[in-house]
Amino acid sequence: MGRAFLRRCRAVPWAAGLPVIAPLLIGACSGDPYPQSTLHPTADAGSAIDALYRQIFWWAVLVFVVVQTALVVTLIRFRNRPGAGEPRQIHGNTLVEITWTLAPAAIIVAIAVPTIKTIFAVRGDAPADALQVEVVGHQWWWEYRYPALGIVTANELHLPQGRPVALAITSADVIHSFWAPKLHGKRDAMPGRTTRLVFTPDSVGTYLGQCAEFCGESHANMRLRVTVQSPADFDAWVAAQTVPPVAVDSTQALILAGEAAFKRIRDPGNHSCVACHTIAGVSGGVLGPNLTHVGSRTTLASGILANDSAGLARWLRDPLAEKPGSLMPTIALTEDEVAALVAYLQSRN
Amino acid sequence: MSHAAVAHHTSTGLDNRKVAFWTFIGSECLLFGSLIATYLVYQGRSVSGPTTREILNIPLTSVSTFDLLMSSLAMVLALAAVQRGDRVWARVWLATTAALGAVFLGFQVYEFQHFVHEGLGFTTNLFGSTFFTLTGFHGAHVFVGVLWLTTLLIRSFQGKLGPEKSVNVEIAGLYWHFVDVVWIVIFTVVYLIQTTPLPAA
Amino acid sequence: MATTAMRHTPAVPQAPTGLWSWVTTTDHKRIGVLYGVTAFFFFLVGGLEALVIRLQLGAPGNTLVSAEFYNQLFTMHGTTMVFLAIMPLSAAFFNFIIPLQIGARDVAFPRLNAFSYWIFLLGGLFMNASFFVGPLFGAGSLSVAPNGGWFGYANLTSAQYSPGPNIDFWVLGLQILGIASLAAGFNFITTIINLRAPGMKLMRMPVFTWMSFVTQFLIITAFPVITIGLVFLMLDRVFGTTFYNVAAGGDVLLWQHLFWLFGHPEVYILILPAMGIVSEVLPTFSRKPLFGYAVVVYSGVLIGVVGWGVWAHHMFSTGLGPIADSVFSASTMLIAVPTGVKIFNWIGTMWGGRLEFRSPMLFAVGFISLFIIGGLSGVMHSSPPADLQQTDTYFVVAHFHYVLFGGAVFGLFAGMYYWWPKVFGHLLREGLGKLHFWLMFVGMNLTFFPMHFSGLLGMPRRIYTYGAELGLDTYNLISTVGAVLTGVALLVFIANVLASRRGAAAGANPWNAATLEWATDSPPPVYNFSVIPTIKDGLPLWRTGGMEPSPLPAVPPEPIHVPGGSIWPLCTAAGIIIVGIGALLHHSLWPSVAVALSGALVTVVSIFKWAFEPFEV
Repeated sequence: MGRAFLRRCRAVPWAAGLPVIAPLLIGACSGDPYPQSTLHPTADAGSAIDALYRQIFWWAVLVFVVVQTALVVTLIRFRNRPGAGEPRQIHGNTLVEITWTLAPAAIIVAIAVPTIKTIFAVRGDAPADALQVEVVGHQWWWEYRYPALGIVTANELHLPQGRPVALAITSADVIHSFWAPKLHGKRDAMPGRTTRLVFTPDSVGTYLGQCAEFCGESHANMRLRVTVQSPADFDAWVAAQTVPPVAVDSTQALILAGEAAFKRIRDPGNHSCVACHTIAGVSGGVLGPNLTHVGSRTTLASGILANDSAGLARWLRDPLAEKPGSLMPTIALTEDEVAALVAYLQSRN
Repeated sequence: MSHAAVAHHTSTGLDNRKVAFWTFIGSECLLFGSLIATYLVYQGRSVSGPTTREILNIPLTSVSTFDLLMSSLAMVLALAAVQRGDRVWARVWLATTAALGAVFLGFQVYEFQHFVHEGLGFTTNLFGSTFFTLTGFHGAHVFVGVLWLTTLLIRSFQGKLGPEKSVNVEIAGLYWHFVDVVWIVIFTVVYLIQTTPLPAA
Repeated sequence: MATTAMRHTPAVPQAPTGLWSWVTTTDHKRIGVLYGVTAFFFFLVGGLEALVIRLQLGAPGNTLVSAEFYNQLFTMHGTTMVFLAIMPLSAAFFNFIIPLQIGARDVAFPRLNAFSYWIFLLGGLFMNASFFVGPLFGAGSLSVAPNGGWFGYANLTSAQYSPGPNIDFWVLGLQILGIASLAAGFNFITTIINLRAPGMKLMRMPVFTWMSFVTQFLIITAFPVITIGLVFLMLDRVFGTTFYNVAAGGDVLLWQHLFWLFGHPEVYILILPAMGIVSEVLPTFSRKPLFGYAVVVYSGVLIGVVGWGVWAHHMFSTGLGPIADSVFSASTMLIAVPTGVKIFNWIGTMWGGRLEFRSPMLFAVGFISLFIIGGLSGVMHSSPPADLQQTDTYFVVAHFHYVLFGGAVFGLFAGMYYWWPKVFGHLLREGLGKLHFWLMFVGMNLTFFPMHFSGLLGMPRRIYTYGAELGLDTYNLISTVGAVLTGVALLVFIANVLASRRGAAAGANPWNAATLEWATDSPPPVYNFSVIPTIKDGLPLWRTGGMEPSPLPAVPPEPIHVPGGSIWPLCTAAGIIIVGIGALLHHSLWPSVAVALSGALVTVVSIFKWAFEPFEV
């Protein structure tokens, strides 16, 4: 009795239960327990993909249940019992072969048709009024340029709700992949090529993503976040990003010291802040992220540290410890220099 | 007790080595196919450096192509001679095939060093990289073929290349003809069909 | 002279003994055992790499291993499992079983066969040596193992972005291993075409031999493509050519096309032999023939052929354009049809049968159940828009582990339990076999099923750590527990191997199976069959008059010539490895040239010695 029960349990489609229950559980949760989920899209493209996936998913569940049940029934019904004779030596059956060739083929067609429709729907034809953003992948951070708005920023992409956006994606070094799952599928960022993602975000919020093509030592640390704002808030953000940088007041001693440190610091290997970073009016380096408005971002180092005093201090003290392989070298800084730089960079908002 | 006769009986009646060699040639088609496809994909996309029109010498390469074609003829005659047990002419034609192959390699060496002199090196641009890799692989195959033919020639002089060994020569011939056919494709694709724009008049 | 009655009974050839006889062996059965032992060793190495990966990922922000070492671990796990474990385990079966199934005394080219093994062993050691030789290359760490992923995308693998010897080990190692596979391909194709017993028509051959036949064609056509891709990469790295150099107008996608043109047939190379094994085991333990033999064979051929037309489904996120996306989506969906047909034919085989759930059967049924899951997630991937969310996430990691572990590995274990008595003369223990199966079935599902979720919930691949904010801690922990359980299952198998050594003799046909390998002793004599039988049926041992003579005579009535051994395959392989080592040293010109040239000399001399040594098959 026990053995038969075990055999039945072994291949019983218990596992089919999980895909059914889990999406319901996820949907029922309040807050966002899965901030990088592909299953709760907040843009038209993401929704189109999700709708297609759910169609395919249910076909797969059907096939799973039918075939696994057939398997289990066979295993139970035809297991050897004492006294069973020699089974009929059947070699095949043409009608059966045709049937179980055509049935899956029909299901494949049922999947292929919406697939091809969706391929063309999300192909990346941008309407003329789309917001154009250039996305450049670097080892291991994201650069965003809004050519029409004159904005260059890093790691945090701001978009207006309800307006189509056209991302033109490329890389400055190796292949990366831009992936913000709640908005759209992923698109590879390749040197020498430009790829495109077009979508319209429909909900205000902050959506997490990360690089999805292995790009070297700190691939895991190349995170991104997309902040979708109401059109008014987005315009405010644009204005703040394009306003000239705050001039450093001589009454703010620490910030002044920070600016001086930023300009002055250079290690024996000739690495300096100014060589790699741009702060408008101060420096013009382009190897690292643009820091003109770095104080306005919520995270640092492409999403792995909070952009507060503690996070910024940790990063400045030892970038290589936070992001192995980082092209930003670890330069020996005094604690005074760190404090000054933190104050200065936080003031750049 | 004597050993049983070596089993020459096969399911198809074909010698095992011949079947294996045809399989090998099938595989080599994919090898050269990948090289030629890459050449075609990259044609006309070099950012700088000499292009096909500026540097390829079709008349000269036609001569070396003719030389290789004639070497295939010599190979056919060599096989026929071995099969009829004609030692003298087997050696003549084997030597001729190998010599014509060596002449082809001589042309290649001349062409390569001339190109380098004209500014087209292995690493100069896409054309240089794809051209030298493709023709270099082919030339290496010719070189191996010349070694193979020389070995057969030596065996012949040692009296060990009678008609019963003709399958060895037949397989060498298969290889040699294959290498020749590959060259015809390369000559056509690289030299004769050039898609880079003609220089302005 | 007084006449003495001449004794006409010929001496029966015996297998030679001693270490040297193994080093110089050209016997397909010994080479099969060598492949099996070596491949299993590498399987354990790959499994250990997987275990460390899972321990690192068991918790977010974990620091068990560094980012760099983690990247080496997943690169070597993939490379090892594909090239050093599954392919050679399949080769172990090709070697031992195919000649026996078709009624031959050995393969067409026994020394070439030995050469394939030695090149595989030395190539595997070459690549894994990278874990220990960092200091020799001036690296700051012990390990300079390959770290660009098993797929080595350009231009991360270029000299500019991967300046150390890691990728050199990878490129050279793969080229060396490719030689082994190609040589074996030519050998087995010739063997199956040319060395079949009289009456062994192609459509009477066992399905395992058929699937292996298709696999060999895939090998000899796919490997040259990756050879060229790797040549381009090596030339770029060593000489500065421009194949993957974007600044010079090169295209990084060229690598992807070349790699996946090889890579997709490669996955069919990995699965078809295991499907062949399942097609043997199911009829034996159902006591009835395979349902739809011809359909199963043609489906396998179709999978092999159509498998050449789907490669860009690995590139849906690169923006191929809607037409290319649609074409490759259609071809990928198309290939699901013959695959499904095989599964239905297997179930049809068991339907109406009398099922014995011995260990081989458990693994074969496990294969079917798990492959269904992997196949269905594969169909999900075939839709490019859906795939844009799934590719490069743990969802696809789940997919391919279901088909490669649940599929290929379970199939190979079915083969091990099935053919163990034929190879070694005694059965593996049934109780431990069942325990192994259950632990592995549960462990495998526990490891990989949660990955469908963690993938769809946003976890990309190839990351050494992940943030707690993603909410994926529990899924990862379950996977890690499953991985440990799977490791325990493997220990049970090893215990089974050791415990069963002094088991009772199995006899020629302990499973009462139908195919020709079961007609001769267990283990077979060195000459395989006392006489080569004439075959009259595709199930020669189940049909009266299926083969003649039946049973085979106990001793050979005619003298049989058994070829001796040769050292030249090993020497040729060693020469090639030395060339590889020379190439590794390419940063120092003269040492590199010296070593490479010595290797070339050893290789060429060995080839000539090989060609001219007296060796009669």
